[in-house]
Amino acid sequence: MSTGWTREQMAARAALDIPDGSYVNLGIGIPELVTQFVPEGREFIYHTENGLLGMGPPPTETERDLDLMNAGKKYVTALPGAAYFHHADSFSMIRGGHIDVCVLGTMQVAANGDIANWSTGSPDAIPAVGGAMDLVQGVKRILVIAAHTTKTGEPKLVGKCSYPLTGAGVVSRIFTNLAVVDVTPDGFAVAELAPGVTFEDVERQTGAPIRPIAKETGK
Amino acid sequence: MINKQWPSAAEAVADIPNGSTVMIGGFGASGSPIELIHALIDHGSTDLTLINNNTGNGEVGLAALIANGQVRKMICSFPRSSQSKVFPKLYRAGEIELELVPQGTLAERIRAAGSGIPAFYTPTTVGTVLADGKETREFEGRTYVMEPWLQADYALIKCEVADSLGNLTYNKTARNFSPIMCMAATTTIVQTKQLVATGDIDPEIVVTPGIFVNRVVEVGDPAHEDTLIVEGARYP
Repeated sequence: MSTGWTREQMAARAALDIPDGSYVNLGIGIPELVTQFVPEGREFIYHTENGLLGMGPPPTETERDLDLMNAGKKYVTALPGAAYFHHADSFSMIRGGHIDVCVLGTMQVAANGDIANWSTGSPDAIPAVGGAMDLVQGVKRILVIAAHTTKTGEPKLVGKCSYPLTGAGVVSRIFTNLAVVDVTPDGFAVAELAPGVTFEDVERQTGAPIRPIAKETGK
Repeated sequence: MINKQWPSAAEAVADIPNGSTVMIGGFGASGSPIELIHALIDHGSTDLTLINNNTGNGEVGLAALIANGQVRKMICSFPRSSQSKVFPKLYRAGEIELELVPQGTLAERIRAAGSGIPAFYTPTTVGTVLADGKETREFEGRTYVMEPWLQADYALIKCEVADSLGNLTYNKTARNFSPIMCMAATTTIVQTKQLVATGDIDPEIVVTPGIFVNRVVEVGDPAHEDTLIVEGARYP
């Protein structure tokens, strides 16, 4: 069986779904790769929670400014046309519905669009939420990029999240290594399969009922 | 003549009593007022409640203040990071309290306090354990959670340029929580890289108007948390 798309290919596929001119917030991990795959002819403006619109790529050693970081505490640059602002304004952009797309990683997504990506709920874990709960409630469209299963083969797409929720009913679409999966009013539905992957492969590794790609209806 | 300049970080923090609630500006290393935090360590007030997005890194600044046993409770959104060892250890040992607040709610609670708004409703945390026990209300068919303002006795802030009236500008993403913390604290203490004469900051670019600032200390060459950690520094 094919293992499907690589991390880079998952990010590239997700980037195809982001319209030109979008204001975009990217989570830490695979979502950060989206910046490398902006489709030709499109421009995205990146928002980072700690107060920057117009975030650019990592700096060179000589460009590095210790006061210019992203929400993952990594050094970044500011592109021409960038703007700085304080944290309350930054989350007004998020909560106020001004950011078009947020791409997040996850531990679990449920068939009703619930997402759990901030805590395992384990008693000795240090709980840390950051801006995840604000993003999932406020951003217009929530996209998720994640491996289809955990390293030990457990499905990440489930009937009901067993981990504590980040938000309920918020996810629109999931890009995994095996498929593009939509969250519909009737649960998970495959929108596209990775090369060499069959619907049965996806179904077997999904923890909830999932529908195959809808047949084209006559127009 | 109004002159908010104070001679030293030590004198500017010398009246912070035990049991105070203190906001500390910064997001991770950027914007962290290292010299004011170290002055608070020297001053030694205890039983503090601290408000910051994180819990510090290494053994300097915020992490050093916590390691020194001066902090009873942290209010923050993200209390762990790759180099944060002090807080996790104390938290697991039950020696420090944590109030976990989503980042946007933290910012808005701070802004609300500075704006005279005792509570507000937000969609953030609806349907999650962080909304447990909180009042909810529907507006136009959607559920929102009520969150209270977050006030403080003191704020410790780092800025780029200040004048003697306390008008401030910041540098890039070092701004983060600082402008709203200046508004929310009873006494706001600022360390500035550069202190200029009144009138030398263009009113069009003032980020924090001086009405929100009480004390300004010039720290011309401020330490940066990341640099200190690379150097293996520890305080005291």
